[in-house]
Amino acid sequence: MNTIWALAGVVIKELYRRKDFYVLFVLTALITIAAGMVNFFHDPKIVRYVKDICMLLIWVSALVIALITTARQIPAERESRTIFPLLAKPVTRWQFILGKFLGCWLASGIALLVFYIFFAIISGSREQNWPWLTWLQAIWLQWAMLAIVIALSLCGSIISAAPSSTTTICFITVAGILLVGGHLNTVALHQSQPLQTIFYTIYFLIPHLEWFDIRDRVVYDWGLVGWLDCVLATLYAAAYTGLFLLLTWIGFRRKSLNT
Amino acid sequence: MKASPYLVLALMLAVCFTLATGLEPRAATWSNRSKSDNVFGVLFGNGRKLFANQFFTMADVYFHSGYYPSIFDLRDESRKEIVAESHGQTDSAEDEKKEDFLGKPKDWIDRFGRHFHITEHTHLEHKNEREILPWLRLAADMDPQKIETYTVGSFFMREHLNQPQEAEAFLHEGLRNNPNSYEILFELGRLYYENYHDTARARNVWQFALRRWLQQDPKDQKENQLGFDEITVNLAHLEENAGNYEDAIRWFQAAQKVSPDPTALQQQIDDIKKKMAAPANAPAAAPHQP
Repeated sequence: MNTIWALAGVVIKELYRRKDFYVLFVLTALITIAAGMVNFFHDPKIVRYVKDICMLLIWVSALVIALITTARQIPAERESRTIFPLLAKPVTRWQFILGKFLGCWLASGIALLVFYIFFAIISGSREQNWPWLTWLQAIWLQWAMLAIVIALSLCGSIISAAPSSTTTICFITVAGILLVGGHLNTVALHQSQPLQTIFYTIYFLIPHLEWFDIRDRVVYDWGLVGWLDCVLATLYAAAYTGLFLLLTWIGFRRKSLNT
Repeated sequence: MKASPYLVLALMLAVCFTLATGLEPRAATWSNRSKSDNVFGVLFGNGRKLFANQFFTMADVYFHSGYYPSIFDLRDESRKEIVAESHGQTDSAEDEKKEDFLGKPKDWIDRFGRHFHITEHTHLEHKNEREILPWLRLAADMDPQKIETYTVGSFFMREHLNQPQEAEAFLHEGLRNNPNSYEILFELGRLYYENYHDTARARNVWQFALRRWLQQDPKDQKENQLGFDEITVNLAHLEENAGNYEDAIRWFQAAQKVSPDPTALQQQIDDIKKKMAAPANAPAAAPHQP
């Protein structure tokens, strides 16, 4: 376990050494503050649009950080050939995959925490309302979703050697699932065979990331999701994460490490 | 010959400045974009109108606190409840049932997913209606010719948020951009009558709105009969409250020609006639303010 934590620690250090997080955080902060300063019909109590914009930016930034951080892990180790001494330590390939996953997931969690603290300050100070539990649920569910995304991206980085292509393909896939995934059953109903079967198969196979997006509940003050539902969603995320990590390990086990 | 890079830089700056002073007046005539009075006009040109509908829809989404159909759900896209509400139409139980676009869950994924999303049809209330205003402001900036933006915005500001001055300013802005709009004039009349209780100005503005309505093409008149109905009925009520019963009857009779429910209007005409026939010692009506 110590080996996995040591590998994860290196990835976390990479997060604060690189500039991606800082740039995205500053951009999010600037856009949110600028949006919050706009005066609409001299009514200072209007707040939901600011929360909406801030939450959207947090989602996009967290996705970008998670994908970029993950997609470059294995290709960078192979390119710089540091993977050889690492695997000769000895670190098993399974430990290597788990360490990289844990590091990326924790790094994304830290980034997410900073973003949500900023959101809480902006939202709470304008609304004079501090629904901590709702925010806690939002951050937890988003982090659980990021676990699936990170595992998917790690799996992609085994197949594709270039981090840029892995990032782009994963980003499109995740955005597609978030926007359309939940509606594929409705779309399938209006298709003829064999398209209907294809759509239904995709619908039942993909991880339903849209469940974890409770931005609307936060923005429109709808209150808490049931705790049991949160636990079930977490188990669902854990199952898909495990599946993608297993696929990554299977791919990585047989992979030649020479570039 | 070797020129100093600083000298070359200075020379290039001088050339740029000279060209800019010479070209700037000409460049202003190349496109209308730079003449636009707002930043969106400069950025997007006429393409900004594409965004206006989306922002107007966002106002409706906010009005429903996020309970809103996606493009995959079957729903009459043209029907916006913020518009219906601004015309004084409220949902019946039947309408509410129709708007349950989610229906029964189709499978376990759909059923479980609903625990995380908004599945309850509500409307903003208790002054939270203010949350729709940023989207209406943006819609007006994006497409100043979209009349509904001004009428809906004004309705919510004066009726729900007690901001008649802001509503009036918004309507005047709309009128500057759409001088022939009877809809904006009608809403302005409602503001004068219902919020400022200024009968004379309301009457003048509504009569002006009616003239604008009559100036439309016959085809447009046929399509916009609701506008005629609203203006004449409101004028009738105004005259009735002002004690001008004959004028009130005249407006109700005009409204009957287009009203979907002429019998109800006939009932109101009969009531006014009864008032007119009442004995002289009845409480006097307010004098007519010309």
